[in-house]
Amino acid sequence: MSNVIIYTIISLSSLGILAAVVLYFIARKFYVYEDPRIDQVEEALPAANCGGCGFAGCRNFAEALVKSEEFGDLYCPVGGNDVMSSVAGILGRDSVEKDPLVAVVRCNGTPTHRPKTNVYDGAQSCTIASNLYTGESGCPFGCLGYGECVDACDFDAIHMNAETGLPEVVDDKCTACGACVTACPRNIIELRKKNKKDRKIYVSCINEEKGAVARKNCDVACIGCNKCVKVCPYDAITLNNNLAYIDAEKCKLCRKCVPECPTDAILEINFPLKKNRPPAQEKGVKEPVTDN
Amino acid sequence: MLLKTFAKGGIHPPEHKISSGKEIEKLPVPETVTIPVSQHIGAPSKVLVKRGDSVKTGQLIAESTGFVSANTHSSVTGTVVKIDSVTDTSGYRRPAVVVKTEDDQWVDGVDLSPELKKDFELNKDKIIQKILGAGIVGLGGATFPSHVKLSVPKGKKAEYLILNGVECEPYLTADHSLMLEKGEEILTGARILMKALEVDKCIIGIENNKPDAIAHLSNLSAGDDHISIQALKVKYPQGGEKQLVKALLDRSVPSGGLPIDVGVVVFNVGSVFAVYEAVQKNKPLIERVVTVTGKSVSKPSNLRVRIGTPVSALIDAAGGLPEDTGKVVSGGPMMGKALNSLDTPVMKGSSGLLIIPEKESRRDAVRACIRCTKCVSVCPMGLEPYLLMTEVQKEKYEMAEQDRVMDCIECGSCSYICPSNRPLLDYIRLGKVTVGKIIRSRK
Repeated sequence: MSNVIIYTIISLSSLGILAAVVLYFIARKFYVYEDPRIDQVEEALPAANCGGCGFAGCRNFAEALVKSEEFGDLYCPVGGNDVMSSVAGILGRDSVEKDPLVAVVRCNGTPTHRPKTNVYDGAQSCTIASNLYTGESGCPFGCLGYGECVDACDFDAIHMNAETGLPEVVDDKCTACGACVTACPRNIIELRKKNKKDRKIYVSCINEEKGAVARKNCDVACIGCNKCVKVCPYDAITLNNNLAYIDAEKCKLCRKCVPECPTDAILEINFPLKKNRPPAQEKGVKEPVTDN
Repeated sequence: MLLKTFAKGGIHPPEHKISSGKEIEKLPVPETVTIPVSQHIGAPSKVLVKRGDSVKTGQLIAESTGFVSANTHSSVTGTVVKIDSVTDTSGYRRPAVVVKTEDDQWVDGVDLSPELKKDFELNKDKIIQKILGAGIVGLGGATFPSHVKLSVPKGKKAEYLILNGVECEPYLTADHSLMLEKGEEILTGARILMKALEVDKCIIGIENNKPDAIAHLSNLSAGDDHISIQALKVKYPQGGEKQLVKALLDRSVPSGGLPIDVGVVVFNVGSVFAVYEAVQKNKPLIERVVTVTGKSVSKPSNLRVRIGTPVSALIDAAGGLPEDTGKVVSGGPMMGKALNSLDTPVMKGSSGLLIIPEKESRRDAVRACIRCTKCVSVCPMGLEPYLLMTEVQKEKYEMAEQDRVMDCIECGSCSYICPSNRPLLDYIRLGKVTVGKIIRSRK
């Protein structure tokens, strides 16, 4: 009886040892070298797995960082310069400094500025509504307000304002991962340079229609009048397809363009109030004349 | 005798053909018309006029820019006020020519006499040339340029010409009234098209809820062995060309194919009437019959209107806009599109104008899918709408492509039948757009 137990133990242990030896050699034969720095870099990354860097997740990005010779365009927008410099420390390379970015919603078409002309009751999705028609207002470029950008955000940084029907970005939470930019079927959201005290000056409109048409549907549309382009001392503003665009890199936040705009389409945000500025309505704005 | 119909799926929505039997009335020319430059599927046309030009009725104002493209003619005499972007029935702003009208004065060479002209001597190429010149597109709603259909590709041969007089959309009666009033013209148009296609068999398919039209056309075509009238069992969407070919000839158009792949060319009766006018009377396509209807409309009517007339003028002619209107739909209730402005012009593809009261116009709350598979059983293309919707929601476009999302004819049967009010067609349409982009990017 005790023999059976002994034989069993011996045979099973020898089988186990044999298997261990075979497995050891196989593991040596098929060993894949993995750079230990990948783990270290992954530790340093924010582990948000948001895809803002263009890779499927932080692990993929860490592999790409280790493999790359220079950082170049590889940048973690969530971690920013701090994370990138610690990664550079691990890998012993020069860090790339980039200005932090923030998402900006370039539409100011609140119900007062841009009255609704019809009611949409189809599937509540921006992409579907955008494929279907101009939208509840007459503006074919403006925000539709069904919140696909809000669903796309992993950081709880963008919310719909029930009063204005427009999404609002929480600057402190925004990591500039760009998920909302891709989600928006109308390309309204843009990543712009983050300035001191979250100050921003931008054209809050992307309507490329002729001035009269754009103005008919929305009070605060850019009408392409060229006034801001003329007044800008830094050549930061360009006008294409009846639409002004302020280059955030060139803009020095001097705010000269803001009072020039006849439709208040240029927004200044987080600036101290300037005194004695008349609102646009009192400036005697004329309807722009368009020619065919 | 058992009536024919197509095999797969189909639904029976209430017909509500309120305006049936109403004579076609001619709507007076409005003060200004807005003629969208491109009113067809295919390459956009090029504008030939500029602001301040005076145009005559029937004058070419935008020419076709490719093979799949069409001409557009001025529907009135007057002065071009502006060339502007205007919201058309597609819901988007697109370029249009706005003309302020004066007394009607036609371009030279148009035969305006009401007499019937049955004989024609033109050969095949001349006929196609005339149809191309007149800017004729499919008037059933798809607005596919007609000359393209007539140019049969090499290696394929047309055997049958099918005239589509089905008008399966509820409410609409434009084709019905046209068949009753212009029967001879339609038959002549059919003979012209048979010559252009070099076929000797023509079948006119009409659903048997229009017995008067069936009897009328049968009487007129008696003695002509080449044209036969076929009554069909009522079932939506029998007016879809693939469904009609299946119903009449029991031939199945292959996935991604056209009726010509099985030797058939399908024309709507409205387009055939336009072909008659273009070939026999030299008249370009500048007017069409539009049904203005709805339960609350005081005077439902079939109107012959100039292209570019604002929708509001049609509604006024039908007794004005009822107070409790919720939606004004261009087209029928199944496939039509709600308009977002009453200034929208009538286009070549506008078959009807449906006014829906407020309480019927709203969609009900969307509930969860209960896996009843009603959408699968009604789909005339044999698709699985509930599955396609989920795939599109999850952005699994490759799977949607494998499940033949591109075969969807957008008839809306699935959304109609769904007991949970799920917006199936909305998502399938989105899937079609996205999958179409993916397929094009592969080339």
